[in-house]
Amino acid sequence: MNSQTYAVSRSSRAARVSAIIGTLVLIILVAAPWWAGRADMRLMGELFLYLALASLWNLMAGYAGLVSVGQQAFVGFGGYMLFALTMFAGLHPITAIAAAGLLGALISVPVAVLIFRLRGAYFAIGTWVIAEVFRLGFAQVSALGGGSGSSLPVAIVKSLASKRAMRESISYWLALSAAVLVVASVYFFLRSRKGLALTAIRDNETAADSLGIDIWRTKFVVYVVTSAFTAMIGALIFLQKLRISPDAAFSVNDWTAFVIFIVVIGGIGTIEGPIIGTFVFFLLRETLADLGTVYLIVLGVVAILVMLKAPKGLWGLFRARFDVQIFPLGYRVSKRDPS
Amino acid sequence: MTTILKLQNLRKAFGAVTVADDQSYEVRRGEALGVLGPNGAGKTSMFNLITGTLKPNSGRIEFAGKDITGWSAARRSHAGIARSFQVPQPFSGMTVFENAMIAATQSAGLNGQKAEDLCIRVLDQTELIAKANVPAGSLTLLERKRLELTRALCTEPELLLLDEIAGGLTEAECQSLINTIKEIHSSGTTIIWIEHVVHALLSVVDRLIVVDFGKLIADGKPKPIMNSPQVKEIYLGIEADA
Repeated sequence: MNSQTYAVSRSSRAARVSAIIGTLVLIILVAAPWWAGRADMRLMGELFLYLALASLWNLMAGYAGLVSVGQQAFVGFGGYMLFALTMFAGLHPITAIAAAGLLGALISVPVAVLIFRLRGAYFAIGTWVIAEVFRLGFAQVSALGGGSGSSLPVAIVKSLASKRAMRESISYWLALSAAVLVVASVYFFLRSRKGLALTAIRDNETAADSLGIDIWRTKFVVYVVTSAFTAMIGALIFLQKLRISPDAAFSVNDWTAFVIFIVVIGGIGTIEGPIIGTFVFFLLRETLADLGTVYLIVLGVVAILVMLKAPKGLWGLFRARFDVQIFPLGYRVSKRDPS
Repeated sequence: MTTILKLQNLRKAFGAVTVADDQSYEVRRGEALGVLGPNGAGKTSMFNLITGTLKPNSGRIEFAGKDITGWSAARRSHAGIARSFQVPQPFSGMTVFENAMIAATQSAGLNGQKAEDLCIRVLDQTELIAKANVPAGSLTLLERKRLELTRALCTEPELLLLDEIAGGLTEAECQSLINTIKEIHSSGTTIIWIEHVVHALLSVVDRLIVVDFGKLIADGKPKPIMNSPQVKEIYLGIEADA
């Protein structure tokens, strides 16, 4: 009857197999500068950054229930911090990316205290308003080009690497590491004790509260950490673009609408969902990009269909048929052999 | 015996509806207290006030000698108050075992092997161990009620509040539930139990309180209370002096 009779495991065969495949894929991806063309590397770099943004938004909205439509505030803030810190403080771009993350965490604290007073739809609208305030604020800074924006000076670009091919490789590797860092952080966080608390909040706040989970503090920590990472990703995005303007930096379409699309069609509240969603999004984008407006209409139709027919996303559809977990977060109890 | 829970002039009203009307009573450590009262009398609200899900309009709650009136539900859980919800509140996307692990790791503060061992022991006790890997969302109502009890026990509580967990059971199932609760009680846990299945309640508790319209209308030994005209009127719907 006791623990000698039962064993608890946190892994599975599927997870071990996918860990091996994942490692192999990662090695191939790291070597991309030796086998991929410039355009492909650019595309993959962009894909990795969207994967990171989607994983972060999923942690915040899918687990902590903080449905923000204003994460562009932190993408843009991170981008502007990269420009400001390299141009005025003379920081190396990579140091500036890390610093942008720290500053993103700092600025997210008062934002959280303010918008956590709002619930549901009011919270969502509140986050959007904050992002607009950020956009209007940065448009006032004439040293950063005001409303028309500015370009990253050549000297700073060259400080990353003097040769263009090397710069492109570094930029690609940074994007790849960002995606791996974010997905791995989300995975290890969700497996931890605090992650278990967050998953409980996802499922039932009333029960979580009465089982000793401090809901406000857990959500606050998630909000600050995702905002910090989002600011770092923002810095990376604009290091690739080399040019920033308030409208591009704080675009609700680029940094929130597409990200929500990715998470929703992939499967909200799962680690696998944003990964699948990112691939589907880029597949659609690359095949339909020439069609102009039709592309956006198709995205909208796909989103509506998935929400109606598979509210748990493509990964949820798959999970309903097969009991497979690529990222094993849970526990499996099995009876030990009596021998 | 020392006092574990003390309610002083507790009052809570939602507009014109008073769910707790000047309630005062004490529960001694190790006691098993039964709560009776008609539907809507304020029994569950009383639990919500004790666990911190509701905040009183006035009055004071003491637990183990400390004033906990202003404490959050989470803090009260850490202090040793656990409850089962009348309407089960499972973490639907997680398995039964993971539901138990939430209680063991977040409230009892256990780690790794210790938490896992506790969950397996409790799941075995509540006869849910065979369902350990099943998502809680797919459990039957009966199993959900057992999960409520499991989670409450995995917090290693000093005070356990049970809210109607015996309804809808067969005679054999009811007997095994009674045995489980007796076991928990004899291990030293203080119990307050709201239950409409009166014979189950009476086989465990050593004191009864009766609540009606948020007021405490009786408090004492089970037998005289069950025979009192007020209780008969509530449960049988007959006028005592008719």
